[in-house]
Amino acid sequence: MSARFPKITAGLSTAVMMLGLAACSDNDPAAAAKAEATEKPVVTVYSARKEHLIKPMFDKYTELTGVKVRYVTDKAGPLLARLESEGVSTPADMFMTVDAGYLWQASQRGVFAAQQSEILEANIPEHLQAANNDWFGLSVRARTIVYSTERVKPSELSTYEDLADPKWKGRLCLRTSKKVYNQSLVATMMQTQGAEKTETLVKGWVTNLATDPFSNDTKAMEAVAAGQCDVTVVNTYYFGRLKKKLPETPLAIFWPNQEDRGVHVNISGAGITQHAKQPAAAKALLEWLSSAEAQGQFAELNQEYPANGKIKPSAEVASWGQFKADSVNVESAGSLQAEAVKLMDRAGYR
Amino acid sequence: MANSVVPPLPGAVKKNKTAKAAQQWQRRFWRLPAWSAAFLVLLPLSVIALSWASPQTDVWLHLVETQLGSLIKNTLLLCVGVGVVTISVGVSLAWLVSVCEFPGRRWLDWALMLPLAIPTYVVAFVALGLLGYSGPVQTSLRSIFGSAFQLPDVRSTGGVILVMSAVLYPYVYMLTRSAFMSQGRGLIDAARTLGRTPSQAFWSVALPMARPAIAAGAALALMETLADFGAVAVFNYDTFTTAIYKSWFGLFNLTAAAQLASVLLLFVGLAIFTEQKARGNGRLHQLPKQQRDGFQLTGWKAWLASAYCLLIFTIAFVVPVGQLIFWVVETRLADLNSNYFKLIGHTFSLGGIAAIFTVTLALLVSFGQRQLGRYTTAGLSVRIAGLGYALPGTVLAVGIVTAFAFLDKQLVAPVREWLGLPVQQILVGGLIALIFAYSVRFFSVALGPLQSSFERLKPSLQEVAHTLGANQWQVLWRVYLPLLTPGLFTALLLVLVDVMKEMPATLLLRPFGWDTLAVKVYEMTSEGEWERAALPALSLVLLSIVPVVMMIRRSRID
Repeated sequence: MSARFPKITAGLSTAVMMLGLAACSDNDPAAAAKAEATEKPVVTVYSARKEHLIKPMFDKYTELTGVKVRYVTDKAGPLLARLESEGVSTPADMFMTVDAGYLWQASQRGVFAAQQSEILEANIPEHLQAANNDWFGLSVRARTIVYSTERVKPSELSTYEDLADPKWKGRLCLRTSKKVYNQSLVATMMQTQGAEKTETLVKGWVTNLATDPFSNDTKAMEAVAAGQCDVTVVNTYYFGRLKKKLPETPLAIFWPNQEDRGVHVNISGAGITQHAKQPAAAKALLEWLSSAEAQGQFAELNQEYPANGKIKPSAEVASWGQFKADSVNVESAGSLQAEAVKLMDRAGYR
Repeated sequence: MANSVVPPLPGAVKKNKTAKAAQQWQRRFWRLPAWSAAFLVLLPLSVIALSWASPQTDVWLHLVETQLGSLIKNTLLLCVGVGVVTISVGVSLAWLVSVCEFPGRRWLDWALMLPLAIPTYVVAFVALGLLGYSGPVQTSLRSIFGSAFQLPDVRSTGGVILVMSAVLYPYVYMLTRSAFMSQGRGLIDAARTLGRTPSQAFWSVALPMARPAIAAGAALALMETLADFGAVAVFNYDTFTTAIYKSWFGLFNLTAAAQLASVLLLFVGLAIFTEQKARGNGRLHQLPKQQRDGFQLTGWKAWLASAYCLLIFTIAFVVPVGQLIFWVVETRLADLNSNYFKLIGHTFSLGGIAAIFTVTLALLVSFGQRQLGRYTTAGLSVRIAGLGYALPGTVLAVGIVTAFAFLDKQLVAPVREWLGLPVQQILVGGLIALIFAYSVRFFSVALGPLQSSFERLKPSLQEVAHTLGANQWQVLWRVYLPLLTPGLFTALLLVLVDVMKEMPATLLLRPFGWDTLAVKVYEMTSEGEWERAALPALSLVLLSIVPVVMMIRRSRID
């Protein structure tokens, strides 16, 4: 009897514990995941970069290291708001987003924890990362001029500023100023040219518009191809996608401002969160994403340029030609973004 | 019929003290559902209202100086336009299919509801793709009439109104249709024997009687118009909602965005209030009639009716779905893998759970109001509960995350700590938060059909049931539920379809791995990959056809 009693107690307590565990895992997948892989941590990512552009990378990483990565995708704004309100109890270890403006904003709100990493410092150039090492760029996209090969000679084109010249009256198409890519473009222009000059320029663009701004880059390029206008400003990968679908489209890329500051570039990037539950594992993932091994594929998935300077872009991206990129730190896109939005509102750029 | 008094409960007849106390208790009890629903909505709303604690003069001044005037003008134009078009299209279609008989009526009856399943921004994008300058229509016109030929830009007020109305008219159509159906032919026939022409009978009898349904449908359509961001973004058409998102994403000022959202909400609240005041105290009750014995249209009239219904169906459904099918074929189903069926499963189960939960809540609320002797729209609590639908989805989602994260930290974390469990979020990122969000958002979608069905039922029904000895639950279960079936099914269907295509709350609140079709649509469209968004969008439409057909079968049998 006395021998059986502890057994029953042990059995009972195990059952209770199991119940407790089951109850936990029922409404809490995080607990279940943790219980399953006690040795291998699970890294949790909040990502504004879309699933089809990150999943292949995470799958590969799991294959290589056994570390699982789980993620939710949404727009950067809502994810950032969620991170902030979750605070210390957030499950997120990494916040990944598109556009330097959002990275800067996340950094301003104290969402990130600075990382001291020789690997990241060696892989990612200085102007593509936060000065305080909060976040690191992982891929680069250029926002450049695309023109109609039927109606425009490349010699007519020179700079973004030139598109405000009266010779382009009724020949320019633009995407809406509500898109962050245009906000970053104008913000970096404010950084290098000053607000006043930039406002005059933006007003010039608006005067030259052939039609109301479009809701996306592809529509703007289609308008150029159809003859509604002659030039537009788009991100390189949209051009890549359109060319892939319709190779005969009479459009070509022009790299502006090669004599002065260079083509406007933006990044996608990531940082480790302040309240990460697996900071070491998340840091290892970030380092791997910046490595030579991962960078080629990371950029190629979206026809972008690798942030790691040692890695060449894919053959197709390389075929668009070499260009001088604007080396102004992408952080200014964030710090001046609100001012840029107001400036564009004043200039009547919808 | 004049506003009736509280139906005397059996206990109230006996004048003893205990019965009085019981009645008091019951009255309190039936207030509970409405206040719980209001509480659900107030939780995120209070987060939004708290934004006024820190004034954002900078952003407000900027908006007033640059855009606010034109934004308000655009928003008003849009509302008036969508209101007029959805009501005229929805009511005329409902009248034709429910009261008349013409070729194709039987299938048009359910087919005309289908546009509801297509997300608004999908229709917007298809319209822009087809009718824009670089689209096939204008391109071929230019090749015929020369390169100077140009149609008016679709990206205009008129264009946005038409696109929105194409997706939103089914709200008016569905509610009005079930109202016309339960009116039956009796009253129309009575009007005819009194010397009215068919059209006079329509204007003076059928239409006024269907007014609660029409108003409820139009209110849903307008609230969705106000909250919409997708379609107006595709058209780059600036409305008040644009300003909300601009303040948040462009100016990085969530506080100002929440303030703007609360102003929007205030206007919606006022509009609902005015509408209910204007509806006045006149009430019309009518028992559902079972027989359906339509007016047989003949000759050109019959063909005109068919042609009209077919035209609307083509514009609102055939063309957008045709484009989706074209895209799906073009991408050769490249994204169709085993994961894809998981998406469908998630979409359907989330929609189902949310629909059952929300409609049950709405049923309790409307029955509770009935027990209190009020009409279902009366009462502050019910009005508050209905406001969730007018909020831009992302703003509501952030309100919920903030409120739940607060609860997680203040309530759940201490309890877990006390129990010795690791500190972890239970509410945020769990299924409960998501279902909660759906209920907040779509409560008024569920309430609309129910309240308009309730309002057509005579209060004397309940008095009779009570006289026969039925208690309150029996009245609900055995008297009201069978009579409310068409309204109940409409409510379930509307919530199910709305939840399945819902995007902002699903995106922000879904548990890890709970991706849905709408999430996939978002991921593809936001990258401008419309062709690849076609497969999930088309699946959404197909998935919604199932419940639509089920509902129609049910309402036919009744």
